[in-house]
Amino acid sequence: MHFGPHLLLAALEGLVTSAVLALTALGLSLVFGVMRVVNVAHGEFFMLGAVLAWAISTAISGHPALGFLAALVLAPLIVGLIALVSERLVLRRLNYNPEATIVATIGMLYIIQQLALTFYGPEARPVEPPFSYRILLPWFGYSGYKLSIIAASALLLVATWFVLTRTRIGLVMRATQYDSETAQAFGIPVDRVYAGVFALGAMLAAVAAVLIVPISQAHYLMGQDPLLLSFIVVIIGGLGSLRGTVVAAVLIGLSDGIISVFFSPTLAKIIATLLVAMVLVFRPQGLFGTASR
Amino acid sequence: MKEASPSKAYALHLGVIVLLFALSFVLPEYHHGLLARIMVLAVFAMGYNLLFGYVGLLSLGHAMFFSAGLYGAGLAVIHLGWSVPAAFAAGLACGALLALVIGLLALRTSGVAFMIVTMMFAQVFYLVILYLAAWTGGDQGLVVPQSARVLVLGDTSLGLTNPTVRYMSALVLFSIVLLVTLGIVRSRYGRVLVAIRENEERTKMLGYDIFSNKLAAVVVSGTICAASGAAYALLFGYVGSTFASVQYSILPLLWVLLGGAATTLGPLIGTLFMYYVVDVTSGYTSAYLLIVGIALILLVLFFPRGILGTIRQRWLGWLP
Repeated sequence: MHFGPHLLLAALEGLVTSAVLALTALGLSLVFGVMRVVNVAHGEFFMLGAVLAWAISTAISGHPALGFLAALVLAPLIVGLIALVSERLVLRRLNYNPEATIVATIGMLYIIQQLALTFYGPEARPVEPPFSYRILLPWFGYSGYKLSIIAASALLLVATWFVLTRTRIGLVMRATQYDSETAQAFGIPVDRVYAGVFALGAMLAAVAAVLIVPISQAHYLMGQDPLLLSFIVVIIGGLGSLRGTVVAAVLIGLSDGIISVFFSPTLAKIIATLLVAMVLVFRPQGLFGTASR
Repeated sequence: MKEASPSKAYALHLGVIVLLFALSFVLPEYHHGLLARIMVLAVFAMGYNLLFGYVGLLSLGHAMFFSAGLYGAGLAVIHLGWSVPAAFAAGLACGALLALVIGLLALRTSGVAFMIVTMMFAQVFYLVILYLAAWTGGDQGLVVPQSARVLVLGDTSLGLTNPTVRYMSALVLFSIVLLVTLGIVRSRYGRVLVAIRENEERTKMLGYDIFSNKLAAVVVSGTICAASGAAYALLFGYVGSTFASVQYSILPLLWVLLGGAATTLGPLIGTLFMYYVVDVTSGYTSAYLLIVGIALILLVLFFPRGILGTIRQRWLGWLP
């Protein structure tokens, strides 16, 4: 294959990564933006989504699309419920203290990971894609399912943007983000908003995982890379900024896809992580974010 | 903070050291070996505690300082054939230098950003170890040959593989670091660190240079952790990338939280307690990460001061 088509393939792969990454990072970014909580267990909610998708789609017989659709609806709901319970039981009792919540979410990370290992096992298991249509390009065939991931992710992102900027729920969330005490004084149930946002953040990660699981595999350690990449995206995009998060996800996804095709993935990760740490040190508001209030 | 009578505090610490010395002669073989390991790792926790407990800087990347010492000492023996003291010094130097560089960068941030930045630098360090597999052995790690782990003192040569020598070496390192920490905490400098933790702005207003005081704390903390890593490589003979992973940045945090942050003996108690909890429960279940996770959550929820912190608050106000 020539360089041009090779680059196109790498870019397509990168776009698929970006699509999933944007959803996962958006969840992390929402939770941080509204609640000021750094959720280290976010990657584990992603993993739970994938593992549940496997469990649901194997439990339902018939056409693979049926099981997949059930997983797409049920897995995020279950993950959201788990997140809601852990928010009520742990984070609320800590008064959302930033440092205590990091330690607590690290604890959640270990608990979820270990439970997944115990009940799901150490194997990586595939989920059948709902359809296996291949789009034939002049140079190579490309999976239609992968392209549909990009479309689904874009749709969800637009929906989230719509909810955040055009509806009453979004207004309440933004008010809480801007100044939670004043919001409380105006009768906004800040406490319930926090619970909802935490569940929503986890659900976004779970949806992303259900979308990706037919082309990767469900594994109990699969939450680590998305967590790190989401951190990177959220930091580069500016903490708590929706547009920045999406732009950064596309940037990181594309460069990750292209660099990993042409160079060693470990080297790519080293460079990306180091660059992001430097961004955080020298430009803490992110590349696209504005200075914090 | 209540003023402690110095003799009481020093007597307590010397008592702990004497107790550990005496235990060496009565403990059965298995616990003897375990306690040697715990003392080395308690040094790691003490280094962490200096920064987390006294300065209030929560780092999520201390595994890199531990493994800088581990690899600094281990690789010096394996590839360069250095003697044990030289390799130990090399480990310390690596840790101190790394801590200086990381401190200069990471201390530009604070709070949550500091936690994430330190975690990312540690991740880079971990990936570099994997990337340089030709020298570091990658994720397999390397074994430090037994023949090289001999400490030559004048005419006598002590094999560090001998359990008694190993226990005593660990005890010597532990005692030195414990007394150094006690000295730092009770010194003028230690008071400045606590003042920074309690109110950074006010300390600045009183004319103290916040940045250089914090930087010095990062370097001392990193060097102590590197000493623990170097000792681990030389005493237990294994150098592996697991020790650089995120998990080994979390463990000292757990040990310190459990034992009591900002108490000199807390790190030892936390390490000891956690090690035995994992040891006992591993007889019933392999799910030791579950216990670590639950312990972390219960500690921040109900027991934020840890064991010694609670004792100090309730009964013994003079505990350092």
